[in-house]
Amino acid sequence: MPSILAVDDSASMRQMVTFTLKGAGFEVAEAKDGQEALALAQQKKYDLVLSDVNMPNMNGIELVKALRQLADYKFVPVLMLTTESTGDMKTQGKQAGATGWIVKPFNPDQLLNTIRRVLG
Amino acid sequence: MSVDLSQFHQVFFEESLEGLDIMEAQLLQLQAGSTDMEAVNTIFRAAHSIKGGAGTFGFADVAQFTHLVETLLDEIRAGQRPVTEHAIELFLQSVDVLRALLLALQQGERPDLSTAEQLKQELQKVLDSSAVPETASTDVVPAAAQSSAQGWLIEFRPDVDLLRTGNEPFRMVREICELVGQEAVTVEVDSSALVDIQTLDPTSCYLSWQIRIDCAIELSNLQEVFEWVEDECDIRYQALSQAHATRDVPELEAQPEAPVPAVEPEPLAVKEEVPAAAKRPVDASIRVSIDKVDSLINMVGELVITQSMLSQLGQDFDLSSLARLQQGLMQLEQNTRELQENVMKIRMLPISFAFSRFPRLVRDVGGQLGKQVQLKLMGEDTELDKTVMEKIGDPLVHLVRNSLDHGLETPEIRRQSGKSEVGHLTLNAYHQGGNIVIEISDDGAGLNEEKILRKAVERGLVSVPEALTPEEIHQLIFLPGFSTADTVSDISGRGVGMDVVKRNIQELNGSIEVQSEQGVGSTFTIRLPLTLAILDGQLVRVGNEKYVIPLVSIVESIQLEPRNMNHIAGSQPVMPLRDEYIPIVCMKDVFSLTKNTDLSDAMLVIVDGERGKVGLVVNELLGQQQVVIKSLEQNYERVPGISGATILGDGTVALIIDVTGLHKHSNERAA
Repeated sequence: MPSILAVDDSASMRQMVTFTLKGAGFEVAEAKDGQEALALAQQKKYDLVLSDVNMPNMNGIELVKALRQLADYKFVPVLMLTTESTGDMKTQGKQAGATGWIVKPFNPDQLLNTIRRVLG
Repeated sequence: MSVDLSQFHQVFFEESLEGLDIMEAQLLQLQAGSTDMEAVNTIFRAAHSIKGGAGTFGFADVAQFTHLVETLLDEIRAGQRPVTEHAIELFLQSVDVLRALLLALQQGERPDLSTAEQLKQELQKVLDSSAVPETASTDVVPAAAQSSAQGWLIEFRPDVDLLRTGNEPFRMVREICELVGQEAVTVEVDSSALVDIQTLDPTSCYLSWQIRIDCAIELSNLQEVFEWVEDECDIRYQALSQAHATRDVPELEAQPEAPVPAVEPEPLAVKEEVPAAAKRPVDASIRVSIDKVDSLINMVGELVITQSMLSQLGQDFDLSSLARLQQGLMQLEQNTRELQENVMKIRMLPISFAFSRFPRLVRDVGGQLGKQVQLKLMGEDTELDKTVMEKIGDPLVHLVRNSLDHGLETPEIRRQSGKSEVGHLTLNAYHQGGNIVIEISDDGAGLNEEKILRKAVERGLVSVPEALTPEEIHQLIFLPGFSTADTVSDISGRGVGMDVVKRNIQELNGSIEVQSEQGVGSTFTIRLPLTLAILDGQLVRVGNEKYVIPLVSIVESIQLEPRNMNHIAGSQPVMPLRDEYIPIVCMKDVFSLTKNTDLSDAMLVIVDGERGKVGLVVNELLGQQQVVIKSLEQNYERVPGISGATILGDGTVALIIDVTGLHKHSNERAA
């Protein structure tokens, strides 16, 4: 089953995402900010990265940029979790190398649909 | 698959309330006109997380409200508007509103939205006050074209960089096939841009596609497929008319109403209903660091080792192993003590939990009174028991309000008396012995002795005002029914006086005193035990019974001289102590003890009660020791004059004296 790295500074969002994905059979690793996520990504190649944008230490945009520098992560789909109010974040995320985005608030079914779309 | 989101609610509430604390702390440091974008960012991030979570977990009211706050913050963050005093004020109020909303929701109640609505309008007003960026108009195919479209021709020319964002063109084709069915899709690849194999960069995309869909489908569904790559490609949608479609794809005629796979109904993202669970009690919980738990487990491990050693020793015990038994018992004692200390530590929280509300309070109250106040918090890491912390909150608030209202002067008066315009208020906490000491000091006017004395005489609280030293005058403010406020303000004139503060602190087995110098300032010092579970006590004997008197309330102990006692009819006996008369409580009478209660060799323990000193007559002073407090109410019933009981080393029970209650009780008996 594909492995997913879920990054969010909010514990409740992280729990929800992990619970949903694990329930659908994915293997999930959690990180609470970009720094932690990058450290995990350097150790292992995940099949997909799901990241919040607004986070302390290293935000989602910086994380994508850093991931794209890693040989293993050149083509790995990276989805940003954004809110509609931060429209320019989508552009920024894309410029940084993000694959796409999921707009908050989303429910577990929407999350799974999107991820299945990407992973095929 | 459906996931029960309510299981994440508790975590959401906790993190959101923490987020609000962060917002509040940062807002209080933020100055109007500030360009400290890091602070604004932190505030924004907290609001953003709350909004995201609230939306996801179905708290629409919270999400909508936070959205406005977030939008305003975003504009400030983007430099579109300055940080104004008004904005800070609005944000602080928003924090209050959100906190109330979240707390209500956490309790499973329907929150009161009236204040939130008002504040929403205020926020909206601010947001409307600047040029609103016009919504970008998008190229939309005229509705008429859409409705008549029987198919689509999509020209999809990705930029060379498309692959580098992890987007796979095949995914889009696959998704379209899923939407309309594979038989309705024709794909043509245009490889004309493909370069020579030597110069080809495998990470670049040189291909483009023409996708023909012979099936009626809403344009928006197709646009959604390409949503993520819109900006990285050249994409054109061309509607195929009926004529087009029939001419080019005759087989479609056979099934003119090609089944459009039902697009999954959009699940309701935001539930309007508060999750059905009725009001449910929230278990009080504390967060304990893993380190503390680990050290506990470690200690229990040691205890188990000691226990097994001792039980082995007991199995075939003879006198030769006496030394080992003693050693084992010593080890057991040490283990027990360490375990006790560590378990107590779990309940300990840094006092910053109690202090954290003061920056806000000082700002609000100071502003209301037109006073400039600088608050300094010291010793915020000092730890104390959670229960003590909860109970000391209100008295602290009262003391701080009191300092702001009566202590610190207005800027004009401060200037006139040669002080800086900004008043200083300091909260300091530190450990001293087994106690925590909290000091609230200000550099204000100090206590007005004349005024206090006048009032005390007026109220009949003192009879010989001349005899009082300044220190004694200061203590008068703690007497019941004393208030010096010229006018009853809504700051400190809440009908709660210093006497209530003192009583609250005494209920915690603590004490409060005040030092003050006119024109220089006042310092209130609170001493509290670190925990309510254990008490430093003085063991005394009355007749054949043992009692425990809280050490913190004992002033001194002296030899009783029965001939100095003055008996006044219908009242308690009194005795001169230096230059004052103190009431005497004979404990054997109060507790109706008759045996072995000869007073010729008795001791007098002077304790600090609610209304000043009281002398307790006991037969003998025994040792001082820490005792574990057991509740009488839970195990028996409330007894006047007794605050609890404890079990002594020899297994007997000793009652713990409630000094204030005992005095009152003996008064009632005498009357």
